[in-house]
Amino acid sequence: MAENATTSRIAPAPPAAAGSLALAVQNLSVYFGNNHVLKEVSLNVTARAVTAIIGPSGCGKSTFLRALNRMHELVPEARMTGQIRLFGDDIYASGVEPVVVRRRVGMVFQKSNPFPTMSIADNVTVGLRLNGIRDRKLLARRTEESLRMAALWDEVKDRLAAPAISLSGGQQQRLCIARALAVQPEVLLMDEPASALDPLATSKIEDLILELKKDYTIVIVTHNMQQAARISDFTAFFYMGELVEFDVTRKIFTSPDRKQTEDYVTGRFG
Amino acid sequence: MEHFDIELDVLKQKLLTMASHAETAVNDALRALTQRDTDLALRVKEDDRIIDQFEVEIDDLVIQLLTKAPLAANLRLVTVAMKISQNLERVGDEATKIAKRARDLSQEPPVKIAIDLPRMARMALDMLKAALDAFVNRDSAAARAIIPRDKEVDALNKQIHEVLAQHMVANPDAIGRCLNWMVACKSLERIADHAKNVAEEVVYLCEAQDIRHTAGKAAEKAA
Amino acid sequence: MTAPNHRWRQFKNGLMQAATFVCAILVVTPLVLVFYHLLKEGFSSINFAFFTQLPKPVGETGGGMANAIVGTFVLLGQAAALGVPVGVLGGVYLSEYGSTRLNWWIRFAADILNGVPSITWGIVVYALLVVPMRGFSALAGGVVLGMMMIPLVMRTTEEVLALVPNGYREAAFALGVAKWRTIVQIVMRTALKGIVTGVLLALARVAGETAPLLFTAFGNRFWTHRLNEPIAAMPLQIFNYAISPYDDWHRQAWAGALVLLLLVLLVNISVRVLTRDRFQRNT
Repeated sequence: MAENATTSRIAPAPPAAAGSLALAVQNLSVYFGNNHVLKEVSLNVTARAVTAIIGPSGCGKSTFLRALNRMHELVPEARMTGQIRLFGDDIYASGVEPVVVRRRVGMVFQKSNPFPTMSIADNVTVGLRLNGIRDRKLLARRTEESLRMAALWDEVKDRLAAPAISLSGGQQQRLCIARALAVQPEVLLMDEPASALDPLATSKIEDLILELKKDYTIVIVTHNMQQAARISDFTAFFYMGELVEFDVTRKIFTSPDRKQTEDYVTGRFG
Repeated sequence: MEHFDIELDVLKQKLLTMASHAETAVNDALRALTQRDTDLALRVKEDDRIIDQFEVEIDDLVIQLLTKAPLAANLRLVTVAMKISQNLERVGDEATKIAKRARDLSQEPPVKIAIDLPRMARMALDMLKAALDAFVNRDSAAARAIIPRDKEVDALNKQIHEVLAQHMVANPDAIGRCLNWMVACKSLERIADHAKNVAEEVVYLCEAQDIRHTAGKAAEKAA
Repeated sequence: MTAPNHRWRQFKNGLMQAATFVCAILVVTPLVLVFYHLLKEGFSSINFAFFTQLPKPVGETGGGMANAIVGTFVLLGQAAALGVPVGVLGGVYLSEYGSTRLNWWIRFAADILNGVPSITWGIVVYALLVVPMRGFSALAGGVVLGMMMIPLVMRTTEEVLALVPNGYREAAFALGVAKWRTIVQIVMRTALKGIVTGVLLALARVAGETAPLLFTAFGNRFWTHRLNEPIAAMPLQIFNYAISPYDDWHRQAWAGALVLLLLVLLVNISVRVLTRDRFQRNT
């Protein structure tokens, strides 16, 4: 179909990008059973930048995000075709364990989910401890680093042993970010991280993302276009499983090429 | 987004109403000038505050709409509306200046000189009307076609100035009146400039391309 | 909204309230009666001797149920050793692994087993263990109680694990933690209270089972020294004493029943204490 030809083009690296290629997605298709959920998606994620994924409900953006760290495989009857390279490494090559991929590509979820039986400090280091790291000094150091990176250290440094669920919603989400950062991933995926938070907590998360992008590659799914406009460098618009348009954020929100993108961005549907 | 579209329509209508007031002001000012009608000149001056009021209202409406974070074409429409209203307000001011000159000239005997002011006026008014039509019809090509016409108006203005200058040298007692005519022509030249500005804003609205301050030839080429 | 209508509705409301109150009282009444009778008849017989002495020979008064009390614990210990690992891990399988089809059949089987009369269990283990071993044994008693515990523990474990929000599993996977580690260190740890509750309740239930022990543990008037010997247990002892013609033994049966009830009560209270909300936050 002619449609496929235009939507499966690999987006050119926009000239303003200062980073190398973090994730190269080529002709990615995902099926849940007989359901063709993602159709021949190709795009490049630039390192040390924020790439936003927008689109109406059910357009496949969450599925796309999960394919980037092989989390979609948790759904039975999920299969994929195509290729995804993480800094050159094929993450779906035979012999590559999903567990290894997920240590390099971390994820933060919409609903914050700190482990309720653990303290704040234990939550931060759980990824390290459950992967066999026992060195107490290292764990303590990593705890402080991660909490600082997540802009949470000052608020919790005096009560690291307190239960994680005693924190507020916004703090819990930042704790989850610290937890993800503690394993030192190369890429951080975020699935609508602020959608369950109040505006003040949301703006703290957004500031945090803008800080984090200096060191991390971030891919964020959001249904809030103003948020995408505020914090992302590149934006990809998905519709019904297809990548419709992918470009620098400024262009998508001031003068997109495709009419579908324009209609979505101006609120005419979705 | 129906409600937002309605609000955008309100903005558009306000802008067009302001535009028609501005056009009327220019027409009336020119009639007052050529027909030496003092009352009409006075009316133009008084009605200018209506145009000023429109600019205030439109700016306020634009700020309101911006709080709703419009994007893409809507965003361009809102910012362009603000610019166009600014240009229209200046057009109104120029019309007032013409009206003032008309009032001064009508209190003295007419100057015996043939200047092609009506043609210049026609050109400036046509440019303004064409720019506003291009806005309504979102016609980018038509807008681009307006831009080079500004040069013709400038040339005509220069020509008229030379004729008036020569006349002033030959007839010193007509200097005062000739200067008034010069000022009126200058105002018409400025009105043409504003029409060109509006056309440039329309191109930005339609194509998302900012062609202001580019050499005239480049803008022509793209048309 | 005429006045008579209003009064009629008020009357109906009042009647309903009274009726439900009476029923609620009726529910509690048997428990009160049981306690009352047990305390009345059994309390006086509870003394130090009851807990420390063996039963006296027929005809003599005095003595105690020391061996039965210890025996009950021995049986429960074996039952737990069998029932807890198999039941909990079975529950883990149902909740975390397995296909929908197979799980349906396993659950179906477990539900049927939960409804099997306890005497049937006894007969089955009689055929499986007592006959080949040529004798009643503590082992057989422990095994039958353990087997009864398995489907119960499996179902409660499964249900409790299913209550753990999937978000925790996903969070652990996203950190690159392997599946089995996630299940043990995250999921089971989160559900630990629930699992322990399920185990304790299952233990409390089998602690009072008499019928299966008739064919397996059989009872013993003396201390049991080896697991392949018959062993005394409280329900058995109470049963034997209660149907005997001796008043002294009747007295001790009441005491035994009281102690057994107190044991069950203790377990239930511990469960309540364990599962109380110290600081509940909605996750």
